[in-house]
Amino acid sequence: MSEIKDNLRYTENHEWVKLDGNKAVVGITDYAQDSLGEIVYVELPETDDEFSRGEEAASIESVKAAAPVYAAMGGRIVEVNEELEDAPEKVNEAPYEAFIYVMEVSNPEEFNELMDSSAYAAFLEENEH
Amino acid sequence: MSNKRTPLHQSYRDMPGVKIVDFHGWDLPIHFSEGIIAEHQSVRNAAGLFDVSHMGEFIIEGDDAEAYVDQLVTNSISTMESGEVKYTFLCYPNGTVVDDLIVYKFSPTQFMLVVNAGNVEKDFSWVEKENPIAQSRDTLPAVKNQSDAWALLALQGPKAESVITSILPEAGDIDFFRFRDDLFLDDIPLLVSRTGYTGEDGFEVFLNADDAPEIWKRLLEAGEGEGLKPCGLGARDTLRLEAKLPLYGQEISDSITPLEANLGVFVDFEKPYFVGREALLKQKEQGIPRSLRGLEMIDAGVPRQGYAVYSGEEQVGVITSGTKSPTLKKFIALALIKRGIGLKVGNEVEIDIHGKRKKARLVKTPFYKKSGRS
Repeated sequence: MSEIKDNLRYTENHEWVKLDGNKAVVGITDYAQDSLGEIVYVELPETDDEFSRGEEAASIESVKAAAPVYAAMGGRIVEVNEELEDAPEKVNEAPYEAFIYVMEVSNPEEFNELMDSSAYAAFLEENEH
Repeated sequence: MSNKRTPLHQSYRDMPGVKIVDFHGWDLPIHFSEGIIAEHQSVRNAAGLFDVSHMGEFIIEGDDAEAYVDQLVTNSISTMESGEVKYTFLCYPNGTVVDDLIVYKFSPTQFMLVVNAGNVEKDFSWVEKENPIAQSRDTLPAVKNQSDAWALLALQGPKAESVITSILPEAGDIDFFRFRDDLFLDDIPLLVSRTGYTGEDGFEVFLNADDAPEIWKRLLEAGEGEGLKPCGLGARDTLRLEAKLPLYGQEISDSITPLEANLGVFVDFEKPYFVGREALLKQKEQGIPRSLRGLEMIDAGVPRQGYAVYSGEEQVGVITSGTKSPTLKKFIALALIKRGIGLKVGNEVEIDIHGKRKKARLVKTPFYKKSGRS
């Protein structure tokens, strides 16, 4: 059973989002890291890169495959988790601590359109077979 | 439509941590509880057990079986001894590859072809009727598809011999690329060959589907003290890539010839005829346009199949397979690269990874070679 945190919001692409004022911290969920398997590389965005919601912002590579990380909300990258450059396995070990990037969001209202923890739990259940 | 399952599916589907994925219409484990890297290392340092029952097996039988197989595949079959195994290709008349396969010679009148799971139906039609030899002849040897009736286990790694001989002592006498089809464990009949797809010593065990769960269990038990782990498709792929063993659809395909993939050693031009000979000979004489090379990343990034390779502004090739090598702890790739442009081992090229040019260098292959057997 995948871990889901109550205080976060979620996308259908299995990103988690924490909003703090107009800053969104984004990572991938426990379900996502478990599906990907052992992560060997995280291609981070660059600071000041701008993305619309849903655009590909980063890429996570496991032994087996590459998975895009989308911009969970629209905005400008203000921080990336450089620790992941040398230790991508942190995403496997602690997916809710190993954020990928922090974004200054253009429209904080977008946050309310994301799934809350119970909606995400239901979403996962629907997609499990 | 539901996926196919091997006779071993029940044996591991409820193991904690196993992850089952779709592979060419089969439900197969990509890894077990400890993950791809740990499984990879167990095969390099101890032993691993793979369920490869999805592979296809055809039996070809008849007075002219030897001549028929010899004309169908690129390698020499008539020079094989009974009990010998050979790696070879089925080619189209244009020299590209229908499939790569292993031929087992029981006798001049009986052979087994072991083919890729994703190609079983295509290969069977090709071998049974669609190839140019079959098209031009009235009678052919009988071709039977045994794929669903048989299971196949691969026991691989430096400890494979001690694991298998602890329950099947005769297996230790089988030489590399040889097999025995007269072995029994209790009353279970086994065909055992000294073959594999990992770059390590190892054995492949063919058996009736119904007997597979028992032998799977017996081998895992026999390997308990030796560090044997059940392994999935993920480790199979990283192991074969480090050893530069080709994968159909990546290094070879219906648009790549064996010569382009540097596999000419498995093409015997001494034979007067085989399907594809004329086209391959012409390619050899006129100049093979590209060659399979090894790359190692200098910049950070994971090279994957289909990514373009550049030398300066010119695209000179394409990645066929890439991964993080668990043995070397580096990002490695195989690439089909233009010949005759002076690229040497040590030279730098660039790979387009997600729209960014990342530096890599040409390196010697295989990336990994086991130390010599004593």
